[in-house]
Amino acid sequence: MTTLDRKLLRDLWRLRGQSIAIALMVGCAVAAYVGSLSTFRSLKESQSRYYEQYRFADAFASMNRAPEEVAARLLDLPGVSEIDTRVSAMASLEVEGVAEPATALIVSIPDGRQPRLNRVYLREGRMPDPDRPWEVLVHEAFAKANRMHPGDTLPAVIRGHRHLLHVTGIGLAPDFVYAVRPGDLMPDDRRFAILWAQRRALGVAMDLDGAFNQVALRLSPEVPEKQVLAAVDRILEPYGCPGSGGRDTNISHRFLSDEIRQLKSMAVILPGIFLGVAAFLLNVVMTRLVGTQREQIGTMKALGIADRTIGWHYAQLVGTIVAAGLVLGVGLGAWTGIGWTRLYAEFYRMPVWAYRLEPDVLVSAVAISAVAGGLGVLSAVRRAVSLPPAEAMRPPSPPVYRRSLAERLGLVRLLTPAGRMILRNLSRRPARTLLSALGIGFAVAILVAGAFSFDAVDAMMANQFGRAQRDDVTVTFTESSSPEALQALRRMPGVRIAEGFRSVPVTFRAGHRQYVTAITGLPPDSQLRSVTDRDGRPVAVPRDGVLLTKALADRLGLKPGDLVEAAVMEGHRPRWTLPVTGVADELLGSQGWMSLPALSRLLDDGGTLSGASLRVDPEAREGLYEELRRMPRVAGVTVLKMMRKAFDDLMAKFMLGSAAVLVGFASLMAAGVVYNAARVSLAERERELASLRVLGFSRAEVSSILLGELAIQVALALPIGCLVGWGFAWLTAFGFDNDLYRLAVVIRPATFAWSCLTVVVVALVVALAVRRRVDRLDLVSVLKTRE
Amino acid sequence: MSERDVVLEAHGLARTYHMGEVDVHALRGVDLLLRQGEMVALLGPSGSGKSTLLNLLGGLDVPTAGTLRYRDQRLDGANETLLTRYRRRHVGFVFQFYNLIPSLTARENVALVTEIADDPLAPEEALGLVGLSDRMDHFPSQMSGGQQQRVAIARAIAKRPELLLCDEPTGALDITTGKVVLEAIDRVNRELGTTTCIITHNAAIGDMADRVLTLADGQVVKERANARRAAPAEIAW
Repeated sequence: MTTLDRKLLRDLWRLRGQSIAIALMVGCAVAAYVGSLSTFRSLKESQSRYYEQYRFADAFASMNRAPEEVAARLLDLPGVSEIDTRVSAMASLEVEGVAEPATALIVSIPDGRQPRLNRVYLREGRMPDPDRPWEVLVHEAFAKANRMHPGDTLPAVIRGHRHLLHVTGIGLAPDFVYAVRPGDLMPDDRRFAILWAQRRALGVAMDLDGAFNQVALRLSPEVPEKQVLAAVDRILEPYGCPGSGGRDTNISHRFLSDEIRQLKSMAVILPGIFLGVAAFLLNVVMTRLVGTQREQIGTMKALGIADRTIGWHYAQLVGTIVAAGLVLGVGLGAWTGIGWTRLYAEFYRMPVWAYRLEPDVLVSAVAISAVAGGLGVLSAVRRAVSLPPAEAMRPPSPPVYRRSLAERLGLVRLLTPAGRMILRNLSRRPARTLLSALGIGFAVAILVAGAFSFDAVDAMMANQFGRAQRDDVTVTFTESSSPEALQALRRMPGVRIAEGFRSVPVTFRAGHRQYVTAITGLPPDSQLRSVTDRDGRPVAVPRDGVLLTKALADRLGLKPGDLVEAAVMEGHRPRWTLPVTGVADELLGSQGWMSLPALSRLLDDGGTLSGASLRVDPEAREGLYEELRRMPRVAGVTVLKMMRKAFDDLMAKFMLGSAAVLVGFASLMAAGVVYNAARVSLAERERELASLRVLGFSRAEVSSILLGELAIQVALALPIGCLVGWGFAWLTAFGFDNDLYRLAVVIRPATFAWSCLTVVVVALVVALAVRRRVDRLDLVSVLKTRE
Repeated sequence: MSERDVVLEAHGLARTYHMGEVDVHALRGVDLLLRQGEMVALLGPSGSGKSTLLNLLGGLDVPTAGTLRYRDQRLDGANETLLTRYRRRHVGFVFQFYNLIPSLTARENVALVTEIADDPLAPEEALGLVGLSDRMDHFPSQMSGGQQQRVAIARAIAKRPELLLCDEPTGALDITTGKVVLEAIDRVNRELGTTTCIITHNAAIGDMADRVLTLADGQVVKERANARRAAPAEIAW
């Protein structure tokens, strides 16, 4: 060990407080980066493993009824390697302890064996016995929410007939990773179930014996998917198939893929911001830290130690701190990553999951920190070694102080000498003052950016459930129903308002771009539903033409006044050319909106409806639910309040889990920044402050100079931080933009206040620590080695 | 004495500093010869340019004008690499404020230099020469000013420099401690034959030197040779 190595170790020990703060800051940034990125990669990997092991289909088609012989024709198609047919049915359930109507999507599995595709992972219990027709498997989400176990029974009404289902097992499947009621946005596990029933029993109940209404296909890669699907459509069209689709048409897959994609943008943007902020601060802090060793550098130079050696010495100092941060960050990141991956796997009910931390994630984290630390050292050491040693050993020549503008105006006469010193110190080096304020501001900004997602999702939900959907209950019909169904609903007890809506699956085309979604027709002057923009303002649905979600219009390259082709995927499958009469910057979904009369006119089907929105008397709810359960045409009932609650529970458990960790990291970083800013200021000003003490200033007066500066820097930092935080939030929201939902840049004043308060509290704690140091200044030793 | 080798030779040496908004002409044309083994004192009031001259002689700084030669080597206009090598091989410094590295012990402060020197004394030997054998593992903060200054002297001479430059070595010390430090310098000069140059504003110290140069306002205004060098113990101020 050379003497310089020893100096290194002792310096690290002497600077332990600051070193730990810097390492913590780097560590938190690296942890956020490594944790998010590895979670993203792990989920992607888990998804593909799960899909492979449980043979998730590549394509899907639904139809009214196709005889089983058709399956052989489909399998003969070039490019189709495997197929599996099944029967699917909507049913209403009677769930013990749940007042609201519960519904189930029942899909068939072959009697006594696993399906070829979309296999069921048996979490608990056994497969149904082929000799007992109504033995079923229940999806884990529903089973958990209702505490169901093998051996329980579940009464269900299928096509108007009541059956008693016997639960033999709890299962999961790749096509229902995200178990959400068709048409809903959020899972409602208490009131919506996926069930697997045996093919023969379900086929008979659905009047589909010897036939199927769903088919899943595995495709071989040599034939383009589009070509295969077109051939499938030609075969299935006579059986009432609105069109087959790839994995993108599987809602569960789409949600999961979108979520993973979002996670990627989360994994890049927010931790990227953290890492960038850490790099900036590392640079600033290191420059100042090495700056305080200016005289030692001068002495070492005078002794003939080469610049290179001195530079390397400081590089090691920084390197050790950064390396400690990296080790901490990678460890913490991996730990967080495993936790997050497990949380996501649980949320998406993926029985197969794996955590992986790939080397490139580590390498990039190391590289970014090394570059940031290296730059900090380089600028600091270069400045120090570039001075002739004689000058470096002297304190820097007295800085040029000028009377500030405020002073020339005479305002300063109001200040105490200490106040004047604070003011002049800050205005003497405006760049440094600003840089320090920016550093502390970044601490505020990352807190704002970290907490912003809570506000944004909250705003999105308030917008959706408070303004866009003002109904209490949304009823969906099994198939499009005549307007009489709406009349029947209106006559039900407790229904105050009932408004019908019509939803048609369509493929929008503009040039070579296309998008599969739906057009929803809303009654003019609807009281219960409206289209709202990003800020919650209603957007009028035009009497003619189609109103598009802005994200969809952008995707298709359309603007108001353009024409869009809409190919309807049901009934007679008409193709329309519609004028785009408006664009709504909605937060949720990507769809088309039309006025209900205009849509009915185009469909020319006598004004059939897909469902209805209801406003209900609170007291009459229970009775209404009972009535709805008995109405055969009702496929699904969504109680908005319950959906909102389910979502809030989800948020509490899930989002809080991941975002809270990020906010925790941000808080630690903030503490590190403020602590370093104060400590370096103290190191730079030690002699000056000690001189003041010698001149007879009290401890309180002397610390008030240093802390006054810190206070002014923090005060400057708060508005800067809020502004930068808003920018970061904007960046994050920008990265979130996708087909399914977007984030509005909504930051509640409380979030700003909380972020600022956190930094102020940290600053106060730090101020106390620094104050203690000022109190302990050794006057004699500080002064005796100085002119 | 004149037959001895010339170690350092300066002609018309000048140095101007820009301090904040003013130009300070610290040195205005100094001629100087330092011979092998001699001890020279530079006297003068503060601001006379003594420290500036010493910094130039030691390669801590470069002159704005004039020539400076160490044996066959030109030091004026030399680059940093050359100056570093010059300082590393040939020059030992003692500063008024010791400039010890606070995080290193006495022994380690000396080792800092012996590790990069070609034929150094052992740190223990160097510290023995200045009478600090019992303080080797103390940190600067645990020693008195005089002890710290003697560590600085040990550090300066441990590499067996040809030139020992001392800038106000007793400036921060009381008379008793100051004498101990001067004795250490005197001993090094006599025993190792190191050419020594002491800066001081204390005229009495000049008595222990072979020659005394007096500076004022950046120029040498007086030169005097002592017939006999006084022992540090005889000096009084």
